[in-house]
Amino acid sequence: MRKDGEEGSAQDTQWTLFEVFVQERTGEPHQHAGSVRAPDPEMALQNARDVYARRGPVASLWVVPSGAIAATSPSDAGPFFDPAEDKVYRHPQFYRVPRVTRRKAPK
Amino acid sequence: MSPAPTTPHDEKDLERSFQARIDAGEKIEPKDWMPERYRRQLIRMISQHAHSEIVGMLPEGNWITRAPSLRRKLALLAKVQDEAGHGLYLYSAAETLGVDRAELIEQLLAGRAKYSNIFNYPTLTWADVGVIGWLVDGAAIMNQTMLARGSYGPYARAMIRICKEENFHNKQGYEIVATLAQGTPAQRRMVQDAVDRWWWPTLMMFGPPDHDSPNSAELMRWRVKTVSNDELRQRFVDVTVPQALRLGLTLPDPELRFNEETGHWETGPIDWDEFWRVIRGDGPYNRERLAARRAAHEEGRWVREAAEAYAAKRGLAPAASAP
Repeated sequence: MRKDGEEGSAQDTQWTLFEVFVQERTGEPHQHAGSVRAPDPEMALQNARDVYARRGPVASLWVVPSGAIAATSPSDAGPFFDPAEDKVYRHPQFYRVPRVTRRKAPK
Repeated sequence: MSPAPTTPHDEKDLERSFQARIDAGEKIEPKDWMPERYRRQLIRMISQHAHSEIVGMLPEGNWITRAPSLRRKLALLAKVQDEAGHGLYLYSAAETLGVDRAELIEQLLAGRAKYSNIFNYPTLTWADVGVIGWLVDGAAIMNQTMLARGSYGPYARAMIRICKEENFHNKQGYEIVATLAQGTPAQRRMVQDAVDRWWWPTLMMFGPPDHDSPNSAELMRWRVKTVSNDELRQRFVDVTVPQALRLGLTLPDPELRFNEETGHWETGPIDWDEFWRVIRGDGPYNRERLAARRAAHEEGRWVREAAEAYAAKRGLAPAASAP
C-alpha cells in the first residue's frame, strides 16, 4: 500500500466504480460494456461516453455504482437455476396438436 | 470474495473442473473459481497491456502539433484518444480480478510495472507516425485478435472492442507510409529510414522465442493465449513483407528470404540481447516515457481535485464502493 510522501499519487483517492451499460439503438436492450471510475454519477456518464461510446451507434447509456449490483454466485448457480431445468411442460415441444391445415388448396 | 476454505483435495477437484471448462471452450468470468496463478498471470498480463496503451500515447502524441495537414492531425488525435480508451477498457478488465486501478497506475508511475518495449524507442520524424500505425499496430492487431479468443471473459471482450478500433489505426498508418513511399526522394528516404529503425523492435513485440518464454506454456494451457509467440511473429512477417515490397520499401534484414518449400518468409536472427536490455530499463527512451507519465499525472491533479470538489458541492457523490 501507499505511504504518504511516496512518489506517485499519494493524495489521490480512488473514485467510485460504476458499471456501464450501452444501448446501441432504441428498442434494443442495454448491454454491459465495462466500467469507469468517477467522483459522481454525472461524471461517470461523461467518462462512459468518452470511453465506451466514442463511435456510434449509441442511443443511451446507464451507469450504476458497482456496489449496488447484487449477483448470483457461480457456486450456487446449479441449485439456484435448477427449477428451470426439469419442467418440460414450459416448452412448446411438450404439447401435441393436430397438424396445421394448409391454407392453399393442394396443386 | 473469499470462499469457504478448501482442502488440498478440494483444490485438485476445482482445478480439474476449471481446466475442463477451459478445454470445452467456456469463458471464465470474474466470480468463478480460478487457480490463484491464473488470477495472478492475468493481472500481470492485462495490467502490462493497459500500461502499454497509456504509455503508447506518448511517442505519437509528440507529433499531433506537427502533423502535415488537418486531415492527418484529426486522424492522429482520434488515434491517440483511442489509445487512452483502450488503456481504460483494460484497467477495467484488470479490476474484475480484484486489483485496484489506483494501485496499478501507481506501480507504473513508480517504475515497478512493465509495458511494451516498443514504446521505449523515439519517434524522430513524421514518417515514424505512419510506420508505427502500419508495423506496430499491425503487430498489435495480430496479437490482440488472438487474445480476443482467450478464456477470461472480461479480457476477451475488451480485446474485441480494441480490435475494432485498431483497424482504423493500422489503415491510417499504411496510408501515411504509402503516401511518403510514392512521394519526393526526400520523403522516400524519410520513410525508408523509419522502416529501418522500427522493423526489428516490431518483430520483438511478439515476445521472446517459444523456447525462452517462461510463461507461454502455462498461458497456452489455460487458453489465455492460443497461438505461440513464434507462430504469431511468422504470421506477421508473412503478411507484412509483401506489403513492404508492394510499396517499394526494403526491410533491414540481408538474410530475409522466401522459402519456396514452406511458403513462408524467413528472417535473420533477432537481437534478443537488445530486447532484454530495453526490458531492464536501458532502452533509448525508458526514462523519458516515465518522466512524461509522471508529469502528466501531476499536472492533471488539479482536474481530479476540481472534479471531487464539484461532486461534493452538489452532494452527488454516492458512498464510495468497497474496492
